[in-house]
Order: sequence, then structure tokens, then C-alpha cells
Amino acid sequence: MFAAETIQKFAREVAKYPADQKQSAVMACLAHAQEEKGWLPAEAVEAVAAYLGMPPIAAWEVATFYNMYDLKPVGKYKITVCTNLPCALSGGYHAGEYVKQKLGIGYGETTADGKFTLKEGECMGACGDAPVFIVNNRSMCSHMHPEEIDKLLEECK
Amino acid sequence: MAMLGSINGVLMAGLDGDNAWRLKDYVARGGYVQLRRILENKLAQEEVIGEVKKSVLRGRGGAGFPTGLKWSFMPRSFPGDKYVVCNTDEGEPGTFKDRDIMRYNPHAVIEGMAIAAYAMGANRGYNYVHGEIWELYQRFEEALDEARAAGFIGQNILGSGFNFELFAHHGYGAYICGEETALLESIEGKKGQPRFKPPFPASFGLYGKPTTINNTETFAAIPFILKMSGEEYLNLGKPNNGGTKLFSVSGHVNRPGNYEVPLGTPFATLLEMCGGMRGGRKLKAVIPGGSSAPVLPADLIMDCTLDYDSISKAGSMLGSGAVIVMDETVCMVKALERLAYFYHEESCGQCTPCREGTAWMYKVVRRIENGQGKPDDLDLLNSVLGNIAGRTVCALGDAAAFPVQSFTKHFRSEFEYHIEHKTCLVPKDVQWAGSGFHRIPA
Repeated sequence: MFAAETIQKFAREVAKYPADQKQSAVMACLAHAQEEKGWLPAEAVEAVAAYLGMPPIAAWEVATFYNMYDLKPVGKYKITVCTNLPCALSGGYHAGEYVKQKLGIGYGETTADGKFTLKEGECMGACGDAPVFIVNNRSMCSHMHPEEIDKLLEECK
Repeated sequence: MAMLGSINGVLMAGLDGDNAWRLKDYVARGGYVQLRRILENKLAQEEVIGEVKKSVLRGRGGAGFPTGLKWSFMPRSFPGDKYVVCNTDEGEPGTFKDRDIMRYNPHAVIEGMAIAAYAMGANRGYNYVHGEIWELYQRFEEALDEARAAGFIGQNILGSGFNFELFAHHGYGAYICGEETALLESIEGKKGQPRFKPPFPASFGLYGKPTTINNTETFAAIPFILKMSGEEYLNLGKPNNGGTKLFSVSGHVNRPGNYEVPLGTPFATLLEMCGGMRGGRKLKAVIPGGSSAPVLPADLIMDCTLDYDSISKAGSMLGSGAVIVMDETVCMVKALERLAYFYHEESCGQCTPCREGTAWMYKVVRRIENGQGKPDDLDLLNSVLGNIAGRTVCALGDAAAFPVQSFTKHFRSEFEYHIEHKTCLVPKDVQWAGSGFHRIPA
């Protein structure tokens, strides 16, 4: 189900917790699984549960509760835009409108070529750098004004 | 740059260069000297806690509870595992200080946690990092590796016989996990739904073991307090409000960012440090402590000093020190609509008043904003928020109610105008211009 490298990452996470508390690693393991697969198919959630020796439903509870897990396929690049109030005061809302226009999609949608998914996000804890985007849950982009947005979209090959 | 400005900076002083976060640089700044001193001199646990009490360091995550007192609640002689947990799940809209502490001074957090563990007899710890700052989660893991290799955490630290294992755990998109018991549930690998209190974490915490949870900035202050003495730290601030504090300033100022100033600094001074209002426009309102704190109109906030007592007297909360500045281009109905949506989106769904109430508040504020408000909508909002506040397991319900209550109180006429005229006092193009986005899409 998973590459050897991903399994190694799982093991590293499990080692952080007491021997009888392997379930604690579920969030990190699901994140690593998602990174490998691009999203979280049902088989991946259940394989993580099996790896950690926890009931599948317990892994599902986690996968469905935290909103950075993608339970449906997303584009190659998932761009999450913070539109919360502090960011909106410095262009966050408008940056989102600008990307929507550039990509021709709305929040929660994926471009026809499968390249981009756009999501509206909640506070990323970087309000001073607004507008702020996160790409593929990993990379935070600050001060996303039109020139920077154009550049980012071009860099996403 | 670590800080855009500071007055008597402590936590974030001297953080120059790209490697300021590295162990080598931290040690060169005098890092880990306090941990070493405590362990080599076998300082009594009471003595360490006593120093923290003297500093009147109050919890920097938002509640402002005295840290030394919190530490004294831990049953130090309880046999078996005990935990210290750091709350870096920074997702309160407006707050972005812990991100910079993690970015520029992570070893101060590690040393602070190790000292806390010693003082409370804890042997394991976790730092719960906001999932959205993945790059800094990775940096913190690197910092942990450095500290472990140098013998500052792990087994038999500096030959003292004291053991403290510390790890990082990341969130993955749930505001509620900033609530301490939801955070513990999350570390246990579950949905982040808050627990009933009591029992408090000091008696039943992580895996049911005694646990103390502090904010990142709180832990980071510990080595400095022990270095300068509790009394000196207290004197940096004002009575009952010890030390300096990081303020995250966002919104309509010329230089949004983090500023470290002594508690008790006039709000007007902070505003000046931020280069004043963007475009020289007029200050309309400020949310002084993160989105959950009641909003204050300009005239009230301009008379405040930045400390727990002054802001509380003015009817709000210092909270996490997240100062959201709004100028005259802001429509207060639109602003509240976004916050109401946030709490609705982030309610964990456990308690009915919060789950249903936040949905109703958002729905009603949205219809007012969209020109479909009804004459009795403000009374309806008041009734809904009254049925949430104080009726839920955790404080998210209160946090959702405060903005609605304070916006409709201080800016009632704007809401009434929306309901009566089906439109906004502030024209849309003015609102767009206020955001400073470089180009308005066609």
C-alpha cells in the first residue's frame, strides 16, 4: 500500500509515543499517507489504522475531523487561501477572488486539467503576512498580491 | 526580521542572521545556561516555581492565568509518567507570534519546557504545532535533534540523572485543538473535542496522567525569567502584569507584524511603532486580543494600555495579544459575518448550543449583510448568543458569542442601517480599496 520511505516515516512517528499509545501517531501517519498518494483514499485510511492497530472507524474519525486531510482527489496543486478577517483587511479576500478569476474555478473546485484545486482556509497564524496561501498543506506563501500570485501559478508546472 | 520593533525586548532580542534559531547561536546568546545552572546546583523544584510566581508571568495563550500557580498544581511526587505540553496550535485569527518564536527562537521553547519539566517532576513532553506552519514544525524537529545531540533533552540530562524526552506533534486543521483538553485528545490520536473540566489536566491530562499545558510564548519566557530573576522580569511590566509581551498587529496599519513591548505600554505607542494607520485613514475599531476578544471602538482603545487589567476594564481581553486594527473603510457587518462564519466552521460539534448556535448567528449576520435582515434580527442574535455563552463544555462558545455581542453593541447603528436600507454605509469600492490589494479584478 505504501512506499518503504513512507513506512519509515510512520515508524519514526510511532516512536514518539509510549509503546501502548501507537494511536497517537495517526494524525502524522495520515498526513504522510496523503503526501504519498496525493489524497486519502479509503484504503489508505484503513491501512494506516491497521498499521497502528486501531479500529478503522477511529482513523476515519480523525481523517474526517481535521480539514487538511483530502478525502476526495485534489489537483496536483492544492492552493488554500486564508480569507479570515485579519487577512481580509489586508487583501486576503481579494486575493482569493483574483485566483478564482485566473483559474476559472471557485472554492472547493478543481481545474479541468486536474492541475489546481482551490480551497478557502481558516486562520493559518500568519495574519501579518496577508494575503497568505498554503500550497499542498506544506508550503506557506506570504504577501500574495497579483504579481506574486501570477508567479506562483507559473511555477506550478 | 524577528521583530519589526521592540521596547526592552527579551524573548526576541538579538536574533540576527539566518541561523539565529540554531543551537549554536542560541548557546552563544546565553542559551541553556539556566537549565545547566538548575541541574548542576540541584535547585529545589519549589525554588524554580517560586521564581516563576514572583515574575507574575501570565499565560500568553489567551487566558492570562498565572503560570507559577498553574505549575504548583502539578502533583510532583505522583509516581509514573507526567507530561508538559506546549500549545503552538496558533489559529486564533489575528495571532501569529508563536510562529515567529518557532521560526527564530525555538531553543528558548525547548529550554523553557525542560526547566518546566524539572520543576514539575515531568519526564515527557510534546509540542503541539499548528498544522498550517509545516515548515516550522520541521524546523522544530531539527532543533529537537540538536538539543538531544547536545544532551539538553533525553536521558540523564547533563549528567544530572534528570530525564526529559520531548517530541513534536502536528495538528492538521482544527482551531478547536488550541483548547487545551481538545489538544490532549488530539495528541492521543482522536477527534479534537474538549473534555469536561474538572478533572483538570494537572490531575487527569495526557493519557490520563498529570499534565501541564502552556503556550509557546510562556515557555519561551522561562529561561529569561530565571536569568534575570522573577522580580526583574515583573518590573519590566507593571504590577500583576509581569514582563514583556509579543503583540501581533494585523489589519490597517502601515507595518503589520510582531512587536515585543512591556505590558502596560500605551496602545497609542504600539500604533505608532506600526507606522500608524495605512493611508493615514482614521482608526475605527480594534480587536485587542484575537478574534474571540470583544471589539473596542477607537475612542476606548486609544485610552488603553496593553495589559490584562486595562483592556479588561475597557470591556475586552488582552487574550493572545493579537491586535486587529480596522479603519473607516471597514463595514462592521461584513467583518462580523466573516468571524461568525469562522466560529460556525470551527465549532467541533460536540455541544448543541455551540454547534447550532454558531450556525444561526452566521445565518442571521449574513442575511443582514446581504440586505435581507429583519427588524428583530438584532434581538434574535442577542437571544442566540445568550443561549450559547456559558452553556458549553469549552470556551469556543463564549468566543463565538463575544464578537457578535460587542459588534452589535458598539456599532449597532451600522447593523440597523443595513437592516433598514438593505445596503451598507461604506460603499463596496471603498471597502476594496481599504484592503490594500494591489489591483481590483475587473
